Amino acid sequence: MSRPAARRGRGLLLELVMAGCAVAFVFPLYVLLMVALKRPQDVAADVLAPPFPVYWGNLAEAWSSAEMGKALVNSTVVTSLSVMMLVLTGSLASFALARWKRGLGYGVFLLFVLGLVIPLQLGMIPLYQLMRDAGLLKTYTSLIVFYTGHELPLTVFLYCGFLRALPRAYEEAAYVDGATAFQAFRRVVFPMLRPVTGTVIILNALFIWNDFLTPMLYVSGTAQQTVPVAVFSFVGEYSSDWGIIFAGLAIAVAPILVLYFVFQRHIIKGFAGGLKG
Amino acid sequence: MTLQLSRPPAGSRHASAARPGRRGPRRGWLFVVPALLFYGLVVLYPSLAGAVYAFTDWSGLGSRVNPVGLANFGRLLGDAEAVGSLGNTVLLAVALMIVQNVIGLALALALDTAIRGRNLLRTLFFAPAVLPPLVIGVLWKYVYSPGGPLDGLLAAFGLEGLQQSWLGDESLALWSVVVAIVWQHAGLSMVIFLAGLQGVPKELYEAAALDGAARWQRFRYVTLPLLAPATTITLVLTMITGLKLFDQVFAMTGGGPGYATETLSLTMYKQAFVLNDYSYGTALALVLTMIVAFVSFLQLKMLRRLEVEA
Repeated sequence: MSRPAARRGRGLLLELVMAGCAVAFVFPLYVLLMVALKRPQDVAADVLAPPFPVYWGNLAEAWSSAEMGKALVNSTVVTSLSVMMLVLTGSLASFALARWKRGLGYGVFLLFVLGLVIPLQLGMIPLYQLMRDAGLLKTYTSLIVFYTGHELPLTVFLYCGFLRALPRAYEEAAYVDGATAFQAFRRVVFPMLRPVTGTVIILNALFIWNDFLTPMLYVSGTAQQTVPVAVFSFVGEYSSDWGIIFAGLAIAVAPILVLYFVFQRHIIKGFAGGLKG
Repeated sequence: MTLQLSRPPAGSRHASAARPGRRGPRRGWLFVVPALLFYGLVVLYPSLAGAVYAFTDWSGLGSRVNPVGLANFGRLLGDAEAVGSLGNTVLLAVALMIVQNVIGLALALALDTAIRGRNLLRTLFFAPAVLPPLVIGVLWKYVYSPGGPLDGLLAAFGLEGLQQSWLGDESLALWSVVVAIVWQHAGLSMVIFLAGLQGVPKELYEAAALDGAARWQRFRYVTLPLLAPATTITLVLTMITGLKLFDQVFAMTGGGPGYATETLSLTMYKQAFVLNDYSYGTALALVLTMIVAFVSFLQLKMLRRLEVEA
């Protein structure tokens, strides 16, 4: 075999192997959709067969009984307000923190970064009691405050990294024109932060939307429960009625998957760049 | 420089506004206060309180708190469940770190070629990483269930002999959990490796090929060293994620069968929020914190060494 032919053969082999990997990766998602769209007795008859004809009963029942609609609204409110708070407080703080290279200011920056390695579990119980004593359990506020504080380390880390590489000239020109520091931030610096703000929004929104343990502690069993908590209570309620459980799962993941496939380029870049720091 | 020159002369009403530009915005600390309030309230104060409570007999009720020294940690050593979960946690984290990154690297290398449909493949492999970990846990609990999809798949290929009680067998359950989490996170490692691979100048491969380096040699002596920063990041990321694992295990096995898949996070949750043993729960959390801190410290040292070598 000549060299190009051998290379083409190897390329084809690689493509076949990767197609196999793709099938293996999609298999659990196929299972999710298939169980959600089949009658329980059809699932029992053949676990792997595709759902023809499609049965919509599971989805209808999951939608009406699990209050998935309400949970989707809750998750949307909590996620968007938390992300807004993070962008606001995080960019504002980093605007000052990124400029301090030593002394107390740099110490405060390090204090924020330290938060990246403190496990949530260490403060989980005292924080729970703090929320309880403040009467905030079972409210959106408890979750928004929690996510804002908990995700600030990553947010400050990302914003400061970007700000340190940003030329100072624009900001200084604003000062020369008589702008106050806040005006310089709002009109000049913040608009230039757009790329990193995108990363901050993507990483935080996904984390907050998907988070389970804290919302379970704060809002489970209330009208404020978020999507993962609703899914979990669903699992308990219908213990082995997998059709309805999976219909619930499908409703829970559909919005994320749709957004993911629309914005996949940005999301993947956000993860690759953001986590690399 | 032009900016310096165009600055209004000292004494003009602009001077005081222009001056602070050098060291940061004027009254810069005011900008930091809101963030510091949230961070202090949610992370700093509770973590500090948790670390202190680990050395007391705090029950979580009332204000009676007595220092008990290392009693909670002594109790941990005699608690088979806690010791077991400590072992499981470390095993899980190390297994994830190795398997997830080997698969992630393999996928990244395959997608860094001229293969057809590589954008679609990248999107597919990364997709599970954006889903809620709790959903992943429930989904795989069903995949592994007796007579479920995995058993069905094996049967379809005539491999009934390989069917197992995937989550019910004490010696197998932890590895079944590893597979589910690798499925979820391999795309994440892949994406980080891909970003690293794209930073490797193609001329280096050509130069190595001209020098007569074989495929494996090019990988070993060109690709791997240049991937070192990406590797450090994803190794530490997977390790720390593995150490803190909760949602997936909680949904898949709840720590069972027996204590076979019990993790530190899970034991801590049960002690604190099911058994109301707050001080013991915080002691477990402090142990987890120290392990995570130790791993992070190693990361810092490794990164420093890499920077020196680079």
